Amino acid sequence: MKSIITLALISLSFNAIGQDTYFTRNGAITFFSTTPVEDIKAENFSVNAVLDAKSGGLEFSLLMKSFNFKKALMQEHFNENYMESDKFPKCTFKGKIADINSVNFTKDGTYPVKVAGDMTMHGVTKPVSTDGTLTVKAGKVMASSIFLVKPEDYNIAIPSVVRDKIASELEVTVKADLEPLKK
Amino acid sequence: MKQSLALMLLVLMSFSAKAQDEEGSLLDLLGEDETINYASASFKTTRIVNSQSIENVAEGVLDFKISHRFGMLNAGAYNLFGLDQATIRLGLDYGITDNLMVGFGRSTLQKALDGFVKYRLLRQSSGGRNMPVTLTLHSSIAVNMLTWADPERENYFSSRLTYTYQALIGRKMSNSTSLMLMPTMVHRNLVLTSAESNDVWALGFGGRQKLTNRLAVTGEYYYVFPGQLANVYQNSLSIGIDIETGGHVFQLHFTNSTAMIDKGFITETTGQWGKGDIHFGFNVSRVFTLKDRNKPPKE
Repeated sequence: MKSIITLALISLSFNAIGQDTYFTRNGAITFFSTTPVEDIKAENFSVNAVLDAKSGGLEFSLLMKSFNFKKALMQEHFNENYMESDKFPKCTFKGKIADINSVNFTKDGTYPVKVAGDMTMHGVTKPVSTDGTLTVKAGKVMASSIFLVKPEDYNIAIPSVVRDKIASELEVTVKADLEPLKK
Repeated sequence: MKQSLALMLLVLMSFSAKAQDEEGSLLDLLGEDETINYASASFKTTRIVNSQSIENVAEGVLDFKISHRFGMLNAGAYNLFGLDQATIRLGLDYGITDNLMVGFGRSTLQKALDGFVKYRLLRQSSGGRNMPVTLTLHSSIAVNMLTWADPERENYFSSRLTYTYQALIGRKMSNSTSLMLMPTMVHRNLVLTSAESNDVWALGFGGRQKLTNRLAVTGEYYYVFPGQLANVYQNSLSIGIDIETGGHVFQLHFTNSTAMIDKGFITETTGQWGKGDIHFGFNVSRVFTLKDRNKPPKE
């Protein structure tokens, strides 16, 4: 009898994993390149993100073609010449929040966290680690982070003609308002 | 004993189930979203060589076009194979929306003024919506501004006007290959002889083959259905390359047409490729962004 209760408890606790999931379909990721010649900013407001509050698992996925640039031609060049978006339509991040246990999802507040994982873009997968914050407010979680990305790490060739216009390191800003995923 | 064994087995099973969960993607929980994937950049610019392509300039973009044709290659060494002569069209194109653009230009040939409206009706897409081709409607008007050949007779302004109507049907076959079909009608208010038709029907063919991300070969051919024009007029054939450098696109080409406006190259081409009546020419396109496209998400 005892063991049946144990069994029930164990299976319950495993079921509970699915309940602590937060998600969004319209997270925002922007990147910014600044050089003395030109500032370039691109915004993507349809980023998919899922956070598993128990395990700390965190994943992002976005379509390269959903990036908006100030200049339409730049957007075309970004997709055609640099990211080759027809060949590599998505950018994904799959990682973990190391100190997820320090976050109390039942209590409002801002929690600094460390994130590490793999980012795949332009067919290249690289490890990325960065600091971020999780802000818990009224049952929702706002995830944000700023980190740097080097285009050359992802085999993105920049011709010498535009070398002066594109920074060698781009600042990437992530902002995602995550809501509880209802099963 | 039996019980505890079963318990252990179950625990193990649920552990393995958990492990499997972690292997899979959390994003799978969201399911697939049906995004519409539009074909983009079928051509580098809004023109193939002389003809319109299926591309439009984006909303708020002003495109300054300098089109230039030298004389004919068979002009000989004395004229540096045509480089001593030139005809030019200066033009401005503007995108009112992403699907609607207007343009205006002036040519040295016939001192012609021209204007056009181009509207993209259907856009090639896959994913959430499947559309095999892009269909763009294009209409232009040209005014011949030369002084009247015979000022004595009664001349009407309407006699200077020529209209062109086109359906531009195109498909980006692959990342590097795009093809176009262009049924066309040119209406001329005044023709030289009664043997020539006022309405001239033609069918255009166009294409683009990318060699690298920044270099492409282009070509266009307009077949005018027989019996509509005088014998001196030829079908227009143009072959060129597109070179892209940042904000500019350079188009270098060879063509047997002198005019750079629709009614000109479709109905008034006299050059013959076989005889060496070939113009070397170029188009330079420089775009200016007048409207910031960084826009916040729609709520």
